[in-house]
Amino acid sequence: MSKNDRRRFLEKLAWASGAVLLGGCDRLNESDSFKSLLAKADAPTDFAMHALTPEDALAQEFTEADLSPVFKANGSTNPRTPEYLAMAANNFADYRLRVGGLVDTPLSLSLEQLRAMPSRTQITRHDCVEGWSCIGKWKGTPLGKVLDLAGPHANARYVMFHCADSLDRDESRYYESIYLSEAYHPQSILAYDMNDAVLDIPHGAPLRVRLERKLGYKMAKYIVGIDLLESMAGQGSGKGGYWEDRGYQWHGAI
Amino acid sequence: MSASKSTTTYRHRLPVRVMHWINVVCLFVLLMSGLQIFNAHPALYWGHDSDFAAPALSLTGRPGADGQLHGRTQIGKFHFDTTGVLGVSENMQGVPSKRGFPMWSTIPGPKNLADGRRWHFFFAWLFVINGLAYWLWSWRAKHLSQDLVPTRSDWRGIGKSILDHARFRHPSGVEATRYNVLQKLAYLAVIFIFAPGIVLMGLAMSPQLDSVLGWMVDLVGGRQSARTWHFIIAFAFVAFILIHVFMVLVSGPVNQIRSMITGRYRIHDASAATQAGDDHVEK
Repeated sequence: MSKNDRRRFLEKLAWASGAVLLGGCDRLNESDSFKSLLAKADAPTDFAMHALTPEDALAQEFTEADLSPVFKANGSTNPRTPEYLAMAANNFADYRLRVGGLVDTPLSLSLEQLRAMPSRTQITRHDCVEGWSCIGKWKGTPLGKVLDLAGPHANARYVMFHCADSLDRDESRYYESIYLSEAYHPQSILAYDMNDAVLDIPHGAPLRVRLERKLGYKMAKYIVGIDLLESMAGQGSGKGGYWEDRGYQWHGAI
Repeated sequence: MSASKSTTTYRHRLPVRVMHWINVVCLFVLLMSGLQIFNAHPALYWGHDSDFAAPALSLTGRPGADGQLHGRTQIGKFHFDTTGVLGVSENMQGVPSKRGFPMWSTIPGPKNLADGRRWHFFFAWLFVINGLAYWLWSWRAKHLSQDLVPTRSDWRGIGKSILDHARFRHPSGVEATRYNVLQKLAYLAVIFIFAPGIVLMGLAMSPQLDSVLGWMVDLVGGRQSARTWHFIIAFAFVAFILIHVFMVLVSGPVNQIRSMITGRYRIHDASAATQAGDDHVEK
């Protein structure tokens, strides 16, 4: 092979490998085995997150001056499911939060009962998986206080949130879950007020969870039920949440 | 060998070659999956939160007077029509649609934040492990002290090196077997500023890690600033790679690429070759 032939061959090889790389990534992305290989990175990420952050380390808190002028509402912003419309019709007067699963005392709490409990107010930054952030002020009942009222069983490992909204216009409802230990983080609250006003519908009325060390999709809105579970099996597709079923990481920490 | 006008010398050790190519794959995937993630919200901001009314950069699409979608790139006060590439480009069906970066630049091609994140985090782990292994090896094997840290004579020759680069004059002979001073500084910047910088700015985007890295997030001006810095450093990597590949192409690509695969580098200078390895060669 002459020097020019070799050069031309190498040039062609470079272009061809570029095209194969681009097309190849999309083809790999269609492969279930390759995608499950990529998903193997979730476990070390989850592990590293917990290893690097003490359980009670607080998310940054801000001041009134830092509040975002516009707090973007994302995902469901106006649920149209029959049960939600019924609740909203009389301004959530008949709303009850059901707490069950692996607990000593299943609960059914009204908003008045939740408001009568101890509260926490925090000004925090909300980070969406899409990349944007907004700072808002939240007031609500510490999730741990509600769970203590119900009395978690020793084998309870997960907290599952059941919601009244649907992103699919079908029978499925939004749902999310976290470790039980994360429910006892000081900033994990069931929020009923936002920016000194009653929580509005776009942001999750009447009750949404705030998990300030997680991405937005973990912080379920329109919560109607909480279950303590030992395992995620049998819940949806077993991945622990609506977006997790669609490929987002369950840890939701980055 | 004495009859030949050129000889080969062992230039890149095996760990450097292996880690270099792992890094090539990582950067390729991280950049393109990163653009996929960016496309989920194709705008950047300075500060803790997103001032949607005043992004530092945004790639948007809006219908023009002609009824067609027009891509608009806004950077600070300036904006440009970038239809076809940024803001608006063709989707899978070939129809112009709103997209930050075009399909050919993202992994996967079609819009898919979940899959983009899977690629990004898997290769981010690989990039970090490979990078830490490279740091450790470079230090232990004295690659850092012998090959990368500029010597006193390097610093003295920096003016000449800049002139040589400006004139595209490349060392041949034994001088080509060592990194020149600008090359050393560029590599050191990438290894010790760009690489840890982009990883830290990536970690700063984690709300969970921010519970312990809050001081660092404040230092760069907030989480949205960290995201913007992550993006800026990514493009600093792109600039480095373009220059790096350009330098390879203009300084004997076959010889250069072979030396990064087999380790052997050919020297086309018989007199210098005989003295290869001698640090005191006079040109």
